[in-house]
Amino acid sequence: MGSAVNQAAFFEWLCRIGDNCLILGHRVSEWCGHSPVLEEDIALANQALDLIGQTQFWLGLAAEVEGKGRTADQLAYLRDAAAFRNVLLVERPNGDFGNTLMRQFLFDAWHIELLRALEKSSDARVAEIAAKAVKEVAYHLERSADLVIRLGDGTEESRARMQKALDTLYPYTGELFMADASDEAVVAAGIAPAPPSLKAAWDATVSQVLAEATLTHPGETYQHKGGRKGVHSEHLGYILAEMQFLQRAYPGATW
Amino acid sequence: MQGGEERPSVAEIRGWLSEVPDPEIPVISLTDLGIIRDVVWQGETLVVTVTPTYSGCPATGVINLDIEKALRDRGITDLRLERQLSPPWTTDWITAEGREKLRAYGIAPPIDGTAADGRLAGRIARLSGTSNLTIACPRCGSTQTRKVSQFGSTPCKASYVCNDCLEPFDYFKCI
Repeated sequence: MGSAVNQAAFFEWLCRIGDNCLILGHRVSEWCGHSPVLEEDIALANQALDLIGQTQFWLGLAAEVEGKGRTADQLAYLRDAAAFRNVLLVERPNGDFGNTLMRQFLFDAWHIELLRALEKSSDARVAEIAAKAVKEVAYHLERSADLVIRLGDGTEESRARMQKALDTLYPYTGELFMADASDEAVVAAGIAPAPPSLKAAWDATVSQVLAEATLTHPGETYQHKGGRKGVHSEHLGYILAEMQFLQRAYPGATW
Repeated sequence: MQGGEERPSVAEIRGWLSEVPDPEIPVISLTDLGIIRDVVWQGETLVVTVTPTYSGCPATGVINLDIEKALRDRGITDLRLERQLSPPWTTDWITAEGREKLRAYGIAPPIDGTAADGRLAGRIARLSGTSNLTIACPRCGSTQTRKVSQFGSTPCKASYVCNDCLEPFDYFKCI
């Protein structure tokens, strides 16, 4: 178990992974009732469900590790933007369907590598959640890769939109592989892989799918960062205003 | 339990749980689904260990309530439900009887060993037709079927359509 690790660093790390799932899950859920076709609407809603379910595990464990009596719900609904630790990529606006799918693909290709590594975590609780989530994320990645290829290698219009989505989103992927002192503490305790160690496998997946999708890899570009430290774009505030409204307006409300 | 009564055996309790339907797919029971991982008496307390299907499956909460109600109705008052994540639930645990019930209901049962693994080689094999994943239509039995969407009406299902009888149907995909 992670008893040797600094608990504050472990909590920080759990919030990062939990907040990525929560904010992306919320973003994807915004499509519910608005997708181009019914099947895609259902698929997006189901994927959002998977991500929110995984959030409950990660933030539940974060609350347990923190040991201050908070719950996963309280972490999700009662923290303000500066306390969120998700990467900037997942708070990017949905844009069109292609942009949403490109964001999902870039995330899924990283998410699966992270979860595969976490299955071997020295903390049994982390390994259990990862073993559960990785099976779901395998379906997410298959779907997003399929659609990036179909739309990239599609019509002139769909290809142009996918290239634009890629060029817009790629500068937000670098943050997934950055490491700070909190990461170093959980890595040293054997809880998690070093973020940069996931880059090679991610690059391979992304390059292969983009090539099949006939899209042009943006190459080395400027990379935005800040979300993992709580420095967010303005978009997160709007997300929280909607997501947290009920608990802010009616504190403690339950079903 | 009421004082002086003999407490029911684990086998008897498992029998009761086999009558509790899954809230989303009521033709199969919780034991058919393979989500009851353990039933054990710890002193006077009955502990039922349940594993979730999908992380975000909305039925999970309802399932716990249904288990509790079924057992309280049988007189078990000292009851604790525990969640077990590991090993993670797999469709391989759906019983043979459960699979037949799914088929009869119009849902193609899972074909073991065909879960997505997120590896591109598997995806390419599927697209090129070299994977051997053939889903038979639960209505007419034809194997001439095609996938419409990886995600169906619930996270656990994919949407298919039969090219012969033209009926759309759900496939209980492997995980």
